[in-house]
Amino acid sequence: MSKLPPTPGQTVGPFFGYALPYDGGADLVPTSHPSAIRLHGTVYDGAGDPIPDALIEIWQASENGVVPRVPGSRSRDGWTFTGFGRVAVGPDGHYSFTTVRPGPTEEGAAPFFAVTVFARGLLHRLLTRAYLPLGADAAAADPFLSSLPQDRRETLIARADEQGLVFDIHLQGDDETVFLSYGDE
Amino acid sequence: MTENQQPSAPAADPDSASASQAAINTEIAAIAEGYDPDTAPETQPRLDYAPYRSSLLRHPTKALQHADPETIELYTPVFGQRDIGAAESDLTIQASGQPVGERIVVTGRVLDGDGRPVRHQLVEIWQANAAGRYIHLRDQHPAPIDPNFTGVGRTITDGDGRYTFTTIKPGPYPWKNHHNAWRPAHIHFSLFGTDFTQRLVTQMYFPGDPLFALDPIYQSILDPVARDRLVATYNHDVTQHEWATGYNWDIVLTGGHPTPMEEN
Repeated sequence: MSKLPPTPGQTVGPFFGYALPYDGGADLVPTSHPSAIRLHGTVYDGAGDPIPDALIEIWQASENGVVPRVPGSRSRDGWTFTGFGRVAVGPDGHYSFTTVRPGPTEEGAAPFFAVTVFARGLLHRLLTRAYLPLGADAAAADPFLSSLPQDRRETLIARADEQGLVFDIHLQGDDETVFLSYGDE
Repeated sequence: MTENQQPSAPAADPDSASASQAAINTEIAAIAEGYDPDTAPETQPRLDYAPYRSSLLRHPTKALQHADPETIELYTPVFGQRDIGAAESDLTIQASGQPVGERIVVTGRVLDGDGRPVRHQLVEIWQANAAGRYIHLRDQHPAPIDPNFTGVGRTITDGDGRYTFTTIKPGPYPWKNHHNAWRPAHIHFSLFGTDFTQRLVTQMYFPGDPLFALDPIYQSILDPVARDRLVATYNHDVTQHEWATGYNWDIVLTGGHPTPMEEN
C-alpha cells in the first residue's frame, strides 16, 4: 500500500477571530438544558501568562455515552446535540463551553472530552483529552491514564467547580498539559 | 515574565521586532544545517522553532504522549450542507460589489494517507485581501480594507473529495516577528478528516514567492519536500477565460489509523 505523505500543518495565526468562531459554537446545548454544565478554563504560555489568541475545539459523547453522528456538527438548531464545539479564548485567555457531561461510551470507560488547541505561536494543532473528575481507583483502572505518571495524569483531569468543570491548558511549563499523538502521524 | 522563562531564549516579545532579517536568516540556516533528511524526515513543522518568536513560550517541551484513539476520537465531527451557506465558496460575491485584486480559483482534492477521498467534509478558508490586510481589529497595518471582501469562505468536499473556492489572490503583509518581516502570500485552510486525529489547520502558498526563504513560519517545516507540499500549482486548465487564474492544491490528512469499526 503506497502511503501519501501528509500535508504539513501551520499556525492558525492571530487573525482567525472573524473566520472560525461562529454563533453558538460555544453552546453544545442551551444554557436552559436541564443537564447543562459549563466546561471552561484558561490557556497559558510557558511564562504562566494567559494567551489571548487561542482557539479550542471539543468533540464529545452525549450524556448517555452515544457518539453523535449527526450531519451538521457546526450548525446549531437548538435541538440537535452534535457533540462538537468551537470557541476562541477571550483577551484574558479564558474559554467557556455550555455542554453536558459525556457519558462512558462503554462499560467502565473513563469519559472525556476530546480537545484540540490552536494558537498563534503554535505551529501545529495540539490534541488532548479533558477527563471528568474521577477517583484514584478509576484513574488507575483506565489503561491510558494509568500509563501516565501521577503528576502528568492530573493535567488531563478537569476539576469541578460550582458551574461544572474547569480544564486549564498549559502549553509549556511545570504544569504542561499532556498532549497526545495517535498512531503513526 | 516569570522565572519559568528560559534565560537563553531570544526575546520572546512578539511585538519586539528587534532582530534583523539577517539575524533571523542566520538562525533559520543554522537549524536547516542540522537537519538530516535521511534519518527521519520532518514532515510537520517543529513546534519549537525560535526564529518564529511567538513559538518560544508556546511549544510543549515534553514529547507527545502516544494514545490509541478511543470512542469519540474514531469519528470526526460529521459535517454536511447544513454547515455552510450556498454562496460561501465564492468569496467574490459576498458583498454588493466586486472585491479588488486578481480573481483566482483554487481547487483540489482532500485525501487520506491511503489516497481515499475525504468526502463531504468541511473546508474553511480565511485570508488577507489583495492589499495584505485582514478584516480583523488587531490587524492595523496601513493597507486598505476592501469593503467588498471579508476573506472568509467555506465549502463541503464532494463525493470525490474535491473542493473549489473562487477568491482574490491575497497580498503579502508585514508582521512583528522581526524588523521588516513580511509573510508570503497565503490562504489559511481548516480541514477535518474521517477521525478526530486528522484535524488540520494549515496555509496554502503561491508558487515562486520571493519571501519563502525569509519566512520563519514556512521554514519551520525543515524538510524541503514537505514544505513544498504547501505550495499550490498554477494550472491553466483551471484558469477561466477573461475571469480568473487557476491553482491546484491537494491536501493529505493523516492521523491515527484505527481498525475500521462496525458502522452504526
